[in-house]
Amino acid sequence: MKKKLLSAILSLSLVATLLAGCGGSGSTATTSTSEASTSEAGSTAESEAPADTAVSAEGGSVYYLNFKPEQDEAWQTLAKAYTEETGVEVTVVTAASGQYETTLMSEMGKSSAPTLFQVNGPVGLANWKDYCYDLSGSDVYGQLTSDAYALKEGDTVYSIAYVIESYGLIVNKTLLKEAGYELTDIASFEDLKKVAEDITARSAELGFAAFSSAGMDGSSDWRFKTHLANLPIYFEYQEDGISSTEAIKGSYLDNYRAMWDLYINNSTCDPADLSAKTGDDSRAEFLNGDAVFYQNGSWEYNSLIEGGYTDDDLAMIPIYVGAGDEANQGLCTGTENYWCVNAEADPADIQATLDFMNWCVTSEAGTTAMASDMGFVIPFAAAVESPNLFVKQDVEYTAAGKTPVSWNFTTMPSEEWKNGVGSALTAYAADQSDANWDAVVAAFVDGWATEYALANGN
Amino acid sequence: MEKALKKYAPIFVLPTFAAFSIGFIVPFFQGLYLSFCQFTTTKNAKFIGLGNYARVFQDESFLDSFWFTVAFAIVSIILINVIAFVLALVLTRNNLKGTNVFRTVFFMPNLIGGIVLGYIWQILINCILSIVGEPLLALNSTAGYWGLIILMCWQQIGYMMIIYIAGIQNVPDTLTEAAAIDGANAWQTMLKVKLPMVMPSITICVFLTLTNSFKLFDQNLALTAGEPAHATEMLALNIYQTFYARAGAAWKGLGQAKAVVFCLLVIVISLIQFKATHSKEVQQ
Repeated sequence: MKKKLLSAILSLSLVATLLAGCGGSGSTATTSTSEASTSEAGSTAESEAPADTAVSAEGGSVYYLNFKPEQDEAWQTLAKAYTEETGVEVTVVTAASGQYETTLMSEMGKSSAPTLFQVNGPVGLANWKDYCYDLSGSDVYGQLTSDAYALKEGDTVYSIAYVIESYGLIVNKTLLKEAGYELTDIASFEDLKKVAEDITARSAELGFAAFSSAGMDGSSDWRFKTHLANLPIYFEYQEDGISSTEAIKGSYLDNYRAMWDLYINNSTCDPADLSAKTGDDSRAEFLNGDAVFYQNGSWEYNSLIEGGYTDDDLAMIPIYVGAGDEANQGLCTGTENYWCVNAEADPADIQATLDFMNWCVTSEAGTTAMASDMGFVIPFAAAVESPNLFVKQDVEYTAAGKTPVSWNFTTMPSEEWKNGVGSALTAYAADQSDANWDAVVAAFVDGWATEYALANGN
Repeated sequence: MEKALKKYAPIFVLPTFAAFSIGFIVPFFQGLYLSFCQFTTTKNAKFIGLGNYARVFQDESFLDSFWFTVAFAIVSIILINVIAFVLALVLTRNNLKGTNVFRTVFFMPNLIGGIVLGYIWQILINCILSIVGEPLLALNSTAGYWGLIILMCWQQIGYMMIIYIAGIQNVPDTLTEAAAIDGANAWQTMLKVKLPMVMPSITICVFLTLTNSFKLFDQNLALTAGEPAHATEMLALNIYQTFYARAGAAWKGLGQAKAVVFCLLVIVISLIQFKATHSKEVQQ
């Protein structure tokens, strides 16, 4: 009898825990997942928990939810320097790569919400507009060199860009020379194709491939579904004289295909394996000297230098896709990093945040840290020149009369659109048939219209 | 003694009750309320009535995930329970050496977290697919489906096996002996004596595997992340994607409404199952 009672109690307790677990799943979206994401953010920044934002002498404190994991350390140092100088508490928390929106959403729901956060452009702003403090009268807005770097509606300034970045094809000049070419040999898509295909033909003898793997894992696929996809969008916008659209036509998708073909068929790996290749794989291949070209941006500069390259080995060239005026095409230069101040924060915290932002872009310590430690070009009056080679190259290209390609991917209708294009691109890479390319076109063109309608509530 | 227990019971219950309220009851009802709202952050919710629920049933991706989940649940429940039961039978035989070692080994996968398992199996399965020249997981929904089943079997069989072992060991020797004296062979003993006696274990194991299959999230996220094009997205992941992968207030409430529908669904299905198997249990 006793035994039976015991087993009954045991099974009861089992069922009870289960029922609890089962019911809990109903509230997954609010509780457990949001906890998961914040703990992720917490782990990136370790002990800097948002909870311990102590109130300082002036009564205000700053909580910055940083978007860029590469610059986390530099921000922590800068925050500490600011606290030492002024006594104002600054907490910097960095969201894990690809988790910014998730983290932001959870953090904004808290009582100690971020006072300073980021949006990635007009589409991202739409989601957070109600939370943005009007920056029009602020000192930091006064420092901005051009209104083109602000997101505004009428006289209301919702957010301002704090870094200008460039991307293109990063070239290993040493390997290029080994293959018998100079940078000056590549001035158009035709040139690039010729060089890449020649390297592929001789890859066994040379010991390296033309392009590092175009990985379509989540850590790398944004280079193609977002950054490379910017080029057909840019040329279409140029042709039509527009800056955003509710329905893309896909006029330059053939160029997109030609470029994608070039990337995947002259690469370090079999195109069928791309779906599992990560961003780290691609960077490692480039660092190992397995590939001459690597599509990425100025934010990669520090990791390439830490990986053992010097400025003499590296260069960044425009992504030529065989469209527009290639002779005068520059790097893809723009921003998807806009600062917003949380309008719902305590007025003292808002003031502290505005002071901190202004200090970052005007003080010597701030501007030096942003230029040297973070490698940023900042669109503010007191900017210091950055040692970042790719950024300097962008300046040279522009000085030589070339037109930078603007970042139009901030007008892509939704993340879901990017994912759709990414999935189709991956499928096409594994089996390069016309039918599979039609699926890419469908995801690009039809997907745009569908997603635009969904995102704008039509 | 009993009086004292009654008197102090509330004090002993309090810590657990407080934790349960904070961690479960409050968010549950908050979630219920939010499913009727439009919101970006939970503190600025705007009540809109039943609109979100109307959209749940128009959302094709939700229905697709539902059918994928059902297909996954049926196969994994059968496989996990049958294999776990067979293993339990084998490991309760008296003449087998090292049963404890085997039990430990089979149980061990259960101690590894779902995300880690998902990524390990992703590497393994991708390697195999690459060797046999098939499309990798991100492009191959069939491989994704079977991958999930293999992963879940590997993880859960050991756990269910332990419950079955406990059940089988509880079958009184007097019954099996009596059956042997009456001339029943091993198969008949198993079917007519042991199986009815372990019915309570079967109830629990089927309940566990059923709810686990429906609620599966970590493994799904890590192994396939719903690729290709949401074809391997199960209900929990679909809810997560609705809530987090979409920008805009309209999607948050929709995700929340999906979560409530999902919760009711799991409760109803598991209650039906519980009733059905429970009625087959016999009293000694």
